[in-house]
Amino acid sequence: MGVSEIVFLLTIFVLAIFVGYYVVWSVTPALHTPLMSVTNAISSVIIVGALIALGVEAGGSISAAHGSAAKWLGFFAVIMAGINIFGGFLVTQRMLAMYKKKDK
Amino acid sequence: MSSLKDLANSQADMVVNEMGGGSLLSDSQTALLYVVAGVLFILALRGLSSPDSSRRGNMFGMIGMGIAVVTTLLQLDASSGLTWGLIIAGLAIGGAIGAVIARRIAMTDMPQLVAAFHSLVGLAAVLVAWAAFFVPEAFHIGTFGNIKTLSMVEMSIGVAIGAITFSGSIIAFAKLQGIMSGAPIILPARHFINGALALAIVVGIVMLCTDASNQTVTVFLIVTLLSFIIGFLIIVPIGGADMPVVVSMLNSYSGWAAAGIGFTLHNMALIITGSLVGSSGAILSYIMCKGMNRSFISVILGGFGGDTSAGSGEVETRPVKQGSAEDAAFIMKNARHVIIVPGYGMAVAQAQHALKEMADKLKEEGVKVSYAIHPVAGRMPGHMNVLLAEASVPYDEVFELEDINSSFSTADVAFVIGANDVTNPAAKTDPQSPIFGMPVLDVEKAATVLFVKRSMGAGYAGVENELFFRDNTMMLFSDAKKMVENIIKSL
Repeated sequence: MGVSEIVFLLTIFVLAIFVGYYVVWSVTPALHTPLMSVTNAISSVIIVGALIALGVEAGGSISAAHGSAAKWLGFFAVIMAGINIFGGFLVTQRMLAMYKKKDK
Repeated sequence: MSSLKDLANSQADMVVNEMGGGSLLSDSQTALLYVVAGVLFILALRGLSSPDSSRRGNMFGMIGMGIAVVTTLLQLDASSGLTWGLIIAGLAIGGAIGAVIARRIAMTDMPQLVAAFHSLVGLAAVLVAWAAFFVPEAFHIGTFGNIKTLSMVEMSIGVAIGAITFSGSIIAFAKLQGIMSGAPIILPARHFINGALALAIVVGIVMLCTDASNQTVTVFLIVTLLSFIIGFLIIVPIGGADMPVVVSMLNSYSGWAAAGIGFTLHNMALIITGSLVGSSGAILSYIMCKGMNRSFISVILGGFGGDTSAGSGEVETRPVKQGSAEDAAFIMKNARHVIIVPGYGMAVAQAQHALKEMADKLKEEGVKVSYAIHPVAGRMPGHMNVLLAEASVPYDEVFELEDINSSFSTADVAFVIGANDVTNPAAKTDPQSPIFGMPVLDVEKAATVLFVKRSMGAGYAGVENELFFRDNTMMLFSDAKKMVENIIKSL
């Protein structure tokens, strides 16, 4: 089967959009603000790319200048994503803890 | 199956680089763990279908993020102490800042916070794309100045959307925080300028992708900078009250930027998450636009709500019935059913706690109290619900527009606090009105309408509200919080 990798990734992408579509429509409107803060937190999984960049060591075809550029770009991206991950999940948790039912 | 193998191989390539290190995880294990993280993120969103399951959902999200980060760290082949030092420092700094913000932020400031968080996702995407541009080897997409065409397409799109998300969110943040005026700023010929900029960005991307000799820092920098500029220009002309749409839209953009980078990295967790967040933001934008009966395009083109004299030209001179806190307390005490309609004014005055106290007093008097929430009340989706939840209002007393609208006709009192346009009957009756067709709460059907408002000023749409002059309306002119506190004293 000569299916290229990009087609495979696009398949995942398209299917995930559909999953997102149905999952998000089932979110109760009362929780739309936590929905935004939690999507914020999970989109910071971009930290994966930041960590790979930070982990670059110069050598081989990677010049010292480019290696350290990537490292520092990665470092700042880790900080940005880190703020978002911790801030996003914790503020969501704080909000969700407030939603209470009537005391019966 | 070959595609799966390709994917696994590409993940493996990242694991074993020239330095000759090994990894604790096999290639397939790595790829699978990212899928697990993606599935946990889906469950995190799924949990939000009800407040009961939401807390568990959030936990799933955290576990998913933990898995993604640990997986990445395990497959990193960093040999130097500097690298690990920076990783620990970066996570510690980011984590500490994030945790402090999450703990300290006031619930009324949530819209600003979310806008600020979006800008960080956008900036992170830009930084990662730049890192990949400098060291494509680490991401296995070619060598510097000779990046694979497809990867260059994904990266350019990622960097452009990331930059737009960043600068657009900064403006949204400034407007919500009040650093910048919420009024739309209209540049002359802005549609022409934006069009030209967008064209220039597309040309830049095409240049980068069609000819490797164009893959220079200069061209990539130009694409990045122009995207920053267009992000500013897109959001600047949009008025404060259209912010629910803008914040949702930027939420969506941050997702697409993450997905773009995910393609570059061949990372499943990023692609799945990016598409989830992208569609989530798009759906929220749609719901917000529908709540205002505006088309997405007209919101994006901006300029709405700038001219407060729009609508009726002549100055209103009709008399209104004005009441005091004692009057309001008396009316509500003798009611059977009071429906509270909160709006942005409640958030500004931080009146939610006082409001809850008032509702408790009323309940002691045997009055039934419910809350009616319009989809675009406040400055972001669900804004009012969070504030009421903060004040410990039980969520089963809070209703969405379509669930409660029929109850106004049997209610004795509609207590409108800090809302205006979302109650305006002109939206149903006056085809000339700029808000005609917008779904509104039928507060005028209640026996008495109490309107807490600071002055007679019009709402953001600049439309006079016919309700103020009706016989069954009593205006309570005051700051929302002060008025509610005075009512409590009189109860």
